[in-house]
Amino acid sequence: MACAPGPDPLGDSSGDERPKWDNKLQYVLSCVGFAVGLGNIWRFPYLCQSHGGGAFLIPYLIALAFEGIPLFHLELAIGQRLRQGSVGVWTTISPYLGGVGLGCLTLSFLISLYYNTVLSWVLWYFLNSFQQPLPWGSCPLDVNRTGFVKECEGSSTVSYFWYRRTLNITADINYSGSVQWWLLVCLAASWAIVYLCVIRGIESTGKAIYFTALFPYLVLTIFLVRGLTLPGAAEGLTFLFTPNIQTLQNPRVWLDAATQIFFSLSLASGGHIAFASYNPSRNNCEKDAVIIALVNSTTSLYASIVVFSVLGFKAANDYGRCLDRNILSLTNEFDFPDQSISRDNYAAVLTHLNATQTNMVARLHLESCHLQDFLDKSASGTGLAFIVFTEAILHMPGAPVWAVLFFITLFTLGLSSMFGNMEGIITPILDTGVMPRWVPKEAITGAVCLVCFLSSSCFTLQSGNYWLEIFDNYAASLNLIMFAFMEVVGVIYVYGMEKFCDDIAWMTGRQPGFYWRATWKVVSPLLLLTILTAYMVVMVRTTMSYRAWDPQYKQFPLGQEKSYPGWVQAVCVLLSLLPALWVPAVALAQWFARRRRKQKSMQQDTCLKLQDSIAC
Amino acid sequence: MLWLLFFLVTAIHAELCQPDAKNAFKVRLSIKTALGDKAYVWDANEEYLFKAMIAFSMRKVPNRGTTDISHVLVCNVTQRVSFWFVVTDPSKNHTLPADEIQLAVRMNRNRINNAFSLNDQTLEFLKIPSTLAPPTDPSVPIWIIIFGVIFCIVIVAITLLVLSGIWQRRRKNKGPSEVDDVEDKCENTITIENGISSDSMDMKGWHINDTFMTEDERLTPL
Repeated sequence: MACAPGPDPLGDSSGDERPKWDNKLQYVLSCVGFAVGLGNIWRFPYLCQSHGGGAFLIPYLIALAFEGIPLFHLELAIGQRLRQGSVGVWTTISPYLGGVGLGCLTLSFLISLYYNTVLSWVLWYFLNSFQQPLPWGSCPLDVNRTGFVKECEGSSTVSYFWYRRTLNITADINYSGSVQWWLLVCLAASWAIVYLCVIRGIESTGKAIYFTALFPYLVLTIFLVRGLTLPGAAEGLTFLFTPNIQTLQNPRVWLDAATQIFFSLSLASGGHIAFASYNPSRNNCEKDAVIIALVNSTTSLYASIVVFSVLGFKAANDYGRCLDRNILSLTNEFDFPDQSISRDNYAAVLTHLNATQTNMVARLHLESCHLQDFLDKSASGTGLAFIVFTEAILHMPGAPVWAVLFFITLFTLGLSSMFGNMEGIITPILDTGVMPRWVPKEAITGAVCLVCFLSSSCFTLQSGNYWLEIFDNYAASLNLIMFAFMEVVGVIYVYGMEKFCDDIAWMTGRQPGFYWRATWKVVSPLLLLTILTAYMVVMVRTTMSYRAWDPQYKQFPLGQEKSYPGWVQAVCVLLSLLPALWVPAVALAQWFARRRRKQKSMQQDTCLKLQDSIAC
Repeated sequence: MLWLLFFLVTAIHAELCQPDAKNAFKVRLSIKTALGDKAYVWDANEEYLFKAMIAFSMRKVPNRGTTDISHVLVCNVTQRVSFWFVVTDPSKNHTLPADEIQLAVRMNRNRINNAFSLNDQTLEFLKIPSTLAPPTDPSVPIWIIIFGVIFCIVIVAITLLVLSGIWQRRRKNKGPSEVDDVEDKCENTITIENGISSDSMDMKGWHINDTFMTEDERLTPL
């Protein structure tokens, strides 16, 4: 029982003390949970619909085959082989490339800051869903109780609840405002929940992942059944999937497909390397990579069906109410009997009236109601979850139940992604041994969560949402692509393709085939380089601006386009460059250290030589 | 002569009650929207009830003389159903000021609505805004209650995990002395080439349980 067997053939350093997954399922679920996140629900459906519907699947699948799966396999294999977090892996590959690991660590830290802030917003909405009627369904009354608050009437009840009652947003990024206590409290709760799950590393996340990874699929299925039975769902789905091949001529579509598959799989942030490092050495990482990547893409498709059936219902609902408003105007103006015009004969009545009483009809300023216009009003990101979807839920029978289910799904989806982010931070810290051995793991994870919580409390200011968009656009995107490129080049060219393939053969039992070698050596690096240059070109061309929510704006509720002030632009540039700066910094430090060591060893040699003669 | 007087009176009435006349109010009813199948038809009797309710509201205003049904004039009834009305003074020459009528209607809006089984949206007095019902706010917002429950559970769970971690580590620290003994014995078993029985007899001297314990475990049904 306690007598140890012979040493491991390829010999690893801390193999006996390293934590392990309880079983393969935990590992697969953790990777799936990390990959499947909020982006699958609110980014992919929007991209799919706006970039030509069914046709978007073509660039998406090409990107998956030539960029997503090869990179994913590479990360899992290198983590499993070297059995360390991102910092350890890169210092092992080459001491000059240690900066890549540190950059990945910084990136995971920055991402977890704003990602958990979004989760705290989801938590806030979840807590507010336990009431009938839902609080975002009605406007508050104004002072003399004869009407509603102007800001709410000018926009909509859901926008008012999001921008005023939740964020209490200022009109300009320069005005930071004060910390919103309810958001701070929700942020503390969400960091406490993250700490509870990450407290003992993969020991605790391995137990939590069974719920957080599987529960969203259950609720998505419930929503699918409900969504498909709602009126208007069919229109939503045809709108989503109707292919428009012409859009494929726009290079932006290909860029978006490539970046989407990239961010969707959560590559290059160090989380997958950390997860794979806890695997037993002999594990078929090739099969894992393909399965997990396919599960991620299938989940995106599944979620987009759910989202668009609900959006179709919302559009049909809005269209019906638009018609009803026009019918009421006509009935009141011409004193027709109540309910004499129905939605079906509205068009006929309108043409008749237009012909006979053109002036009176023109004076009414009727809205033009087209179902297509309402379908076009889809959104992505927080706009989809907190404005569009919440409004759709308002009109579903049993609204609080659906709201609770929706927000707890979003929360568990985001939580499982947070596990990956946190492991990307904690595993390198534990591996490199910066903390003394006697410090318990619970204290380290607690310290990390506390530092992250205090740093992310700046997002609870009134201008927090503007800052979050900055982090989302500038901190993560460019750096991830850069690190992925360095990952491929570092593993294949610095570590060595042959050495890597031999390692994989030892781990999985057979050499990687032509597809893997070709994509790793040529296709993926070229693709990443193209995406990097294209992305940089796009970023340079777009003016750095944001949309501010300003009730005083003339075209309110449209966001006012304002450009970032100088100091904010400096912060944006800093955020894009800071993680990447680790690479040259560490390389230079290593080079200087080596030179000094070489000089010292040369001095010692000359000393020894001189000792043979007289003096030293 | 009588006919002339009659025409005069109706003419004056017609002047007093006109669309957009001074102190006149438009009323709009949406009976079918409110009641669906149970909708009643708007006829002269319903009109009479309306006049009665307005007269009743005017009477409830303090320091106003008694208003009679005949002082309330209704005109321009359409199919919608909508009409205009004015309230005249006892002399039937002038109409009462709009402010007083507005005050009266607002004070008794609920009674008027109930008389017709309608609500503020289906019985509209244009130009008389209705007081909206305030939202029912519980003293403690619901979200705080649920937040408190969840947060307490999370804090308790974290405390339990941290405490169990400390306890486990304390047990492990006490444990190494026993582990060392077993390791020594293992080295003995590797180096000694005798059969297992002599080693187990050795171990029996120190640890009464080891081999016996394992046999017992194999035999106990579970």
